Amino acid sequence: MIGEFFKGLFLMIWKAATDQPDPKADFLQVLPHAIRPVAAVVLSITPIMIVFPTLFAITTWLERKGLGRIQNRFGPNRVGPCGLFQPVADGLKMLTKEDIVPRSADKVVHFLAPVALLIPTLLAYAVLPCGRNMVPINIDAGILFFFAVGASTELSIFMAGWSSRNKYSLLGAMRAIAQMISYEIPLIISTVTVVMIAGSLSLVEIVSRQEGYIFDLVPRWYVFTPWGLAGFVIFLIASLAESNRSPFDIPEAESEIIAGHLTEYSGFKYALFFLAEYLGMFAMSGLAVTLFLGGWHAPLPFLEWVPSYVWFLAKLVALVCLFIWIRGTVPRLRVDQLLNFAWKFMLPMALINLVVAAVWHFTAPWSFAGAILWRWLLCAVIIAVPYVWLGRALSGDKKLTQRTYRYAD
Amino acid sequence: MQISFAIIAALTLVSAIAAMSFRNLVHCALSLAITFAGLAALYLQLGAPFVGWAQILVYIGAVAILIVFAILLTRSSESTPQPVISRSWIAGIAVAVLVFGVLTKAILSSSIGQRELPAKPEPTVHEIGTQLMTRYVLPLEAVGLLLTAAAIGAVIIAMQEPGGKKSKVPNIQTGQSRTNPHNEEEKLKTILS
Amino acid sequence: MLGEGIIKGMAETARNFIGSYHDPSRLTTVEYPEEKIPAKENARNFPFLVFDGSDPMKGLRCVACQICEKECPPQCIYIVKDTAKKPDYIGKLQFQPKTFDIDISVCMSCQICVEVCPFEAIKMDTNFELSNSDRFGGLLLDKHELAKSNDYYHKIHATEASEVDARLAAEKAKVDAKAKADAEAKARTAAAVPKPALHGQPVLAK
Repeated sequence: MIGEFFKGLFLMIWKAATDQPDPKADFLQVLPHAIRPVAAVVLSITPIMIVFPTLFAITTWLERKGLGRIQNRFGPNRVGPCGLFQPVADGLKMLTKEDIVPRSADKVVHFLAPVALLIPTLLAYAVLPCGRNMVPINIDAGILFFFAVGASTELSIFMAGWSSRNKYSLLGAMRAIAQMISYEIPLIISTVTVVMIAGSLSLVEIVSRQEGYIFDLVPRWYVFTPWGLAGFVIFLIASLAESNRSPFDIPEAESEIIAGHLTEYSGFKYALFFLAEYLGMFAMSGLAVTLFLGGWHAPLPFLEWVPSYVWFLAKLVALVCLFIWIRGTVPRLRVDQLLNFAWKFMLPMALINLVVAAVWHFTAPWSFAGAILWRWLLCAVIIAVPYVWLGRALSGDKKLTQRTYRYAD
Repeated sequence: MQISFAIIAALTLVSAIAAMSFRNLVHCALSLAITFAGLAALYLQLGAPFVGWAQILVYIGAVAILIVFAILLTRSSESTPQPVISRSWIAGIAVAVLVFGVLTKAILSSSIGQRELPAKPEPTVHEIGTQLMTRYVLPLEAVGLLLTAAAIGAVIIAMQEPGGKKSKVPNIQTGQSRTNPHNEEEKLKTILS
Repeated sequence: MLGEGIIKGMAETARNFIGSYHDPSRLTTVEYPEEKIPAKENARNFPFLVFDGSDPMKGLRCVACQICEKECPPQCIYIVKDTAKKPDYIGKLQFQPKTFDIDISVCMSCQICVEVCPFEAIKMDTNFELSNSDRFGGLLLDKHELAKSNDYYHKIHATEASEVDARLAAEKAKVDAKAKADAEAKARTAAAVPKPALHGQPVLAK
């Protein structure tokens, strides 16, 4: 009985690792009938709960080392070989810190805020296709579900900021919510572009539309089309803003507002906020990979022997490294610059991207020689002209000139 | 099915009652968000996934935040504790029972009960999209126009008044206002105004 | 064009990242305490007492004149003169300190004691790793802890130490020359003044 259990377990893991369809079915037959539904759910969730928090730990290490090297210094290098046990040290520190709740804080809301942030963020992983047959639920309206739970996280940031009864927290929370709702619109419009072309809201469907290769060399990912490239860039910028990451980290920047809505949180609750922020970043990156980078498809035909989830993780890690690189490069945006950027630049560009996607789609029947180049040129012109014009118009006449100093004499 | 419906309905009702009876306004708003979530769960249980997730996205993700912002921006001091149950609660209950009775009678005695149930539509997103674009395209366009009007109205309300009150941005390099060549007078005017 | 600056910035940070693995100028961290930045010659922290030779107490240059104790602004030097005397570098007998304590929790490193010492006995050290778990007694250094050799002085302040040595050697040479000249003059006068020659007495050979 126990032997059968473990044999079934290993067989299931082997099937999942080699991309075979429906790995759970045989294992579920081994289990007693009554617990099968619960077991099915637990078996779907467990890989997510193991992989993504581990990725979170690795990402904190990667970020500190990467930022350190960019800034001419070592990162942490004392705790393990190359500082690899630093996340463990950080986790122990967070766990053993005293949990301080301000006396005048609203205790119930203060307690529930990190929980209310973590739950929707974890729910968002339920629709990401991490591998060929590896999506926990295949909802018909997968993208809608993803954005619905993403929008629920904003309420918890407000809860965190308001319940602390601290003016920094409240101000930080309001700024954070303003930023998140402003950037939701370009995010969703760039997603709508993909939905328009793919013809479905289901993420599994969108990934399966991106299979195949043009001339057996270039994959048919959406990022290799003009509207896909522009949409990808818009999506990345908007997802940086959604997860409160540099250069949009006004809500939690230490030199700005103490820690914004996180000011009154210490110890494990702070660790939960931190975890939820990084998990949100991974979920957004995962969505970007699914929508634009072809999900779990391999980039070249002869590389298809590598399992699909490896490709998904590799692309996810590449995007995370890109985020870390951007964090080390760009200075923080002021809150009015941030909101101006969202409403006056990103939103028009996202709408123009919709038009470009439509143009690309309706010029697909062109089949004269060099048609692809002409289509690219047309779409590039439609994007580039408003980009340059809007860029010029919005930066006013401000040019970067040599700074002149006037001294008082 | 019955038990899950009972649980979701109980949750919705309890949070709706809580939303009416909490003293602290923000607690009321958060209970209202839970009520919205309960409604979304009911939609999902009825087999309408699109409406369910759209309910969460729109109501919890936007309307609840709007309510919360409105509370924050308009209440500068702590709310004075007012009695939760108003003085004239007997009259209130009487009116509610009366209205409920009239509505029930009207619905039960209408012809709705005798009509045939229509064919169950396919609630897939694809089907919803097709219906929106063929049968219900006029309401869709009307809603789009309404949203555009609302957005333009919001921009107009939030825009600065044009004319004399517009603040002049001083040029960093020369310390002089770049909107006017006669800088000295303008500087004096902006200081004095 | 919008975004140009960001792309250039990202190229620069990428160059920094990759350069930090092979280019020493792009990774300027000194991993203290395994590696240390060599101290500059003008650095100073707290005073120490110089001794010549190999025996710290016998070669101590300090003659307990107590000028530094009087000149020290926060009065952190405590000197008790010894009754016994010892010879200094010239050979003259000088006093020596029985107790010479400096309280480095009070010392403000102003270097006045160094400037006023006429005997080049107290100089500024550069050692800063002086952490101690005893806040009061552990930071009161006595003359055994303060005495460091002239070679050590050469190591931390090479030009200053050479200057001091040259000066002391010049003085010693002057004193020696004077002593030699005195001895010669004395011998010459002893030889020049003729002793009254007694008849038949032999003259003392020179």
